[in-house]
Amino acid sequence: MSKKKNPLVGVIGASSVGTMIEWYDFYIFGSLATIISTKFFPAGNPTAAFLSTLATFAAGFVVRPFGALFFGRLGDMIGRKYTFMVTLLLMGGATFLIGCIPSYEKIGFVAPFLVLLLRLLQGLALGGEYGGAATYVAEHSPPDKRGFMTAWIQTTATAGLFISLLVIMGTRGLMSPEAFNDWGWRVPFWVSILMVLVSYLIRKNMEESPVFAKVKSSGKTSTNPLKESFGNKLNFKFVLLALFGAVMGQGVIWYTGQFYAMSFMEKTMGVDKMQVDNLMFIALILGTPFFLFFGWLSDKIGRKWIMMTGMLIAIVAYRPIYEKMYQTTNVVHKQETGVVAAAETKPNKNLGIDSIYTYKKQYADRTVQTEITTLSYVGNVKKETGVKTSISINNSDKWTLIWLVFIQVIFVTMVYGPIAAFLVEMFPTRIRYTSMSLPYHIGNGVFGGLLPAVATYLASNAQKNGEAQWYLEGLWYPIAVAGVCLLIGIVYINGKDKQIDD
Amino acid sequence: MNQLKKYLGLLWITLGLVIGYFGFTVLGYPKLISGNQEDLVFGIIIVFILLPIIVGGLFIFGKYAWQREYDLIDDAADRAHFKE
Repeated sequence: MSKKKNPLVGVIGASSVGTMIEWYDFYIFGSLATIISTKFFPAGNPTAAFLSTLATFAAGFVVRPFGALFFGRLGDMIGRKYTFMVTLLLMGGATFLIGCIPSYEKIGFVAPFLVLLLRLLQGLALGGEYGGAATYVAEHSPPDKRGFMTAWIQTTATAGLFISLLVIMGTRGLMSPEAFNDWGWRVPFWVSILMVLVSYLIRKNMEESPVFAKVKSSGKTSTNPLKESFGNKLNFKFVLLALFGAVMGQGVIWYTGQFYAMSFMEKTMGVDKMQVDNLMFIALILGTPFFLFFGWLSDKIGRKWIMMTGMLIAIVAYRPIYEKMYQTTNVVHKQETGVVAAAETKPNKNLGIDSIYTYKKQYADRTVQTEITTLSYVGNVKKETGVKTSISINNSDKWTLIWLVFIQVIFVTMVYGPIAAFLVEMFPTRIRYTSMSLPYHIGNGVFGGLLPAVATYLASNAQKNGEAQWYLEGLWYPIAVAGVCLLIGIVYINGKDKQIDD
Repeated sequence: MNQLKKYLGLLWITLGLVIGYFGFTVLGYPKLISGNQEDLVFGIIIVFILLPIIVGGLFIFGKYAWQREYDLIDDAADRAHFKE
């Protein structure tokens, strides 16, 4: 039994800071994907393109469940503290090394292979981190505050995204665009090792979770948590229930509210990227405290019905919300006041581009639509080879969109805020780390991670078929997945189980 | 409610099979044979990772539900436990 008691603030700090840093490490790769692809995955090379897609998809979600299995097993056999220090150092080391790899021009195909390998290690580490952090905090928390305490872990994914955007924007601000594209992009990766070292020193001084320490001292730890979790019907049925009755729906709602909203505004609505980043930032800052609120509320009224209510409202509200978002910037409804700027540029003919025409149209409500048409030579024939439209929104539309995204973030906080405590309470101590990590990373990594690809497929198909509201068709994926999850969750989940000393 | 859980088990088994069929024929297989590199990765993940999880998982979940593995027994107003 542990003689020294960890103060709860220290436990939450040690767990949350480390988990946030792991999310930061994971997100900077995605945020800098365009630059990374030019450095390591040369355009026009099919093998390199394949590796690039693999690095993005496979490491982004497929490998996370394997990390959950590997580190979950370690955490249930050896301890939570040791395991989630390993995941932190693995993530930090892999991230730092990505920033050190020479470009494809210097070392050829070794470069993309190294990037892929390190990206896979990032995915493995992330797969092991969340279960450890949530379990560690929950096992220290008083039973009537477990939802609130673990909700701090739930804020870390969003916080990690903020920090990644801040560090990247800060680094860009300190140097010229050429310098950033040349070597400055590596700085956010190097910065990670400093943050990881700080987090390591904090975690190093914490003691093992008292609940696990008690199980270990009484000789009741599992010798094979994987077999016990998934080979034993008594436990495996709860792994399936956790996945199909809670995490599957939570995963798609999380990705819809935070990432699909962003790409919908940028790619479907054509809103200027800087404006999208800005309004997402504001909506997320406003919404993040609600993770704590719903975690706290779940301690008072139960976890199940908050999560199920969040899923139900999201299912019903998604289509009207996205319809409103789309129509907010739809210039068909706006009164054009004229062309405010038109320019023709003649770029280097070696690129095969003859001309680029830029038109800016202004509307009565101060919306500006910029249309860039590219004319290139295809053989000896000059043809229109690209039309790109972007919209710069006015202040009123900006706040309308912030509000609509904020509502979606509230859905996210309702389903995600209580879920750490819910998952911890579902499984016995001896197999908790293993059993809760796997459904979490399948629900979020696989169901959630596939959302952009499936939703884009559904929307493009509807557009090709000439459907009027083609832009809403991508929502059927999160609606259908959350709908099945909602039904299973309402019928099968025991909302009265809050024991963790089992 | 326990009776409803049992009969819904048949729904989950059916759902798993339906998703497996349409997921493979509409989404997965066309991506595998499209010839596009990006589609190939997406297709591999759909056919070999996502569909087995959904089909296998729903099938087993439905089977457990039919076998009344999720029956809940109320111990008190604020406490319940699953049948063991």
